[in-house]
Amino acid sequence: MNTELQAILGRGWKKPPLIKRPWLRWLLLAGFVAYLVAAFLTIDVNWARVYEGLERGKQFVLAFTSPDFVSRSGDIWDGMVESIIMTVAASVVGIAISIPIALGAARNVAPLPVYLACRGIIAISRALQEIIVAILLVAIFGFGPLAGFLTLSFATIGFLSKLLAEDIESMDRVQAEAIRASGARWSQWINYGVQPQVMPRLIGLSMYRLDINFRESAILGLVGAGGIGATLNTSFDRYEYDTAAAILILIILIVMALEYLSGIIRARVQ
Amino acid sequence: MLRLEKLTKTYKTGDQALKSVDLDIPEGQVLALIGPSGAGKSTLIRCINRLVEPTSGQVFLGGTELTHLSAGALRRERRRMGMIFQEYALVERLTVMENVLSGRLGYVGFWRSFLRRFPQPDVDEAFRLLDRVGLLAMADKRADELSGGQRQRVGICRALIQNPAVLLVDEPTASLDPKTSRQIMRLICELCRERGLAAIINIHDVALAQMFVQRVIGLRFGAIEFDGPPKDLTPDVLTTIYGEEDWEATIETVEDDEDIEAAE
Repeated sequence: MNTELQAILGRGWKKPPLIKRPWLRWLLLAGFVAYLVAAFLTIDVNWARVYEGLERGKQFVLAFTSPDFVSRSGDIWDGMVESIIMTVAASVVGIAISIPIALGAARNVAPLPVYLACRGIIAISRALQEIIVAILLVAIFGFGPLAGFLTLSFATIGFLSKLLAEDIESMDRVQAEAIRASGARWSQWINYGVQPQVMPRLIGLSMYRLDINFRESAILGLVGAGGIGATLNTSFDRYEYDTAAAILILIILIVMALEYLSGIIRARVQ
Repeated sequence: MLRLEKLTKTYKTGDQALKSVDLDIPEGQVLALIGPSGAGKSTLIRCINRLVEPTSGQVFLGGTELTHLSAGALRRERRRMGMIFQEYALVERLTVMENVLSGRLGYVGFWRSFLRRFPQPDVDEAFRLLDRVGLLAMADKRADELSGGQRQRVGICRALIQNPAVLLVDEPTASLDPKTSRQIMRLICELCRERGLAAIINIHDVALAQMFVQRVIGLRFGAIEFDGPPKDLTPDVLTTIYGEEDWEATIETVEDDEDIEAAE
């Protein structure tokens, strides 16, 4: 045994710290703690206002013990149907547009100019928050589900293209290479070499986006883009917390059902 | 049949993987390419069908020069070069049959392949090949359900259904046990003989190469160090290719192996 090894044996071992220089390590930690304290000190709480608000909050929570599905059942039904139509239509359209954009945004599949263009589209879609897009589209197309449908389609493109493109970029190169070596054209190469590898992820993401779109459709109603959100907003305005509770319970149930469905589908396509 | 002239590949990092390689392979010759890891064996094979673009030099397949072909013409020439990969490179989520038929992609149009409606002769040939390698019963299994040796047989079928003039074989036995390795090598060499195919086989296992091929090329640092029949691979030659090591054992095992083979 050599002497170097002898010297190491019997000594303890500690994982090397992430930041090597000790002064920098402690400075960063101290800075973080100082920021945290300062941040908490700037939070301004009006305790009298909180006390008043608690009463209203209590009413809202209590409404969940007696949700009223009946007295506004017509409105709730119409809102739900509108939301579901919006969700499904926006998801289908959004996913259909996302797939070619995702291919374009994957560096290992697309040439640089196409890559940059597609990444640009994704960046724009992701930079604009749904509510802002909805307000803009409501201004253009007027109140109603059309604006909601367009908003959700637009948001789906940013979400799905980005995640799918990343999955394409991390695929197994050799499998795709083997297909290319057979003399396959580009479209065949995508169909045989790439698509089978990313299919489970595409299906999983699509189901997840369907779920998100449904939840978003409840928010979009608040800015006039139709759906169950409009009904929810009206019931809040009228202080009908029991109807609002009924709507929220329905949303929760539908989201849970979608979650369950997506679990089954993803297990099937592994 | 396949001729390389001054083939050179320099990677962006500045590494010279191939230094002006000249090589001529006559029709029907099976050739083993040996050499240490990083000697440029994989690069050499991939420069032929341009999965890696060579920096300079020329590759002739039959009368066609490959390095300057347009994308479309290159696809047509790739049909004549079947490739067999290390770690099989099957598309794991496709069935065995789809994997084999993917060898025909260069011949069929997009919609036909998309709808999986391959011409009947292709389908028949796929079944014949699967039967030849003993995997007919596995046709509808997914590729990831197969064992290593079985997967490599599917890889062989995929290459052969292209009806190639030459096989490019990259470490076919790298992740297989010794017995399966031999079976795969024997299968590849038999099929080449049956069909009069030329083949370049990259291989780490010198003893295995000596057992099956007619000609051995030794590559070191991207240049050819040895070119001759397997029996000329002496310890001295192996030392020039791989560096200093006790080679007697390697070569002796070959002879032992051959005795065992004969006894079987």
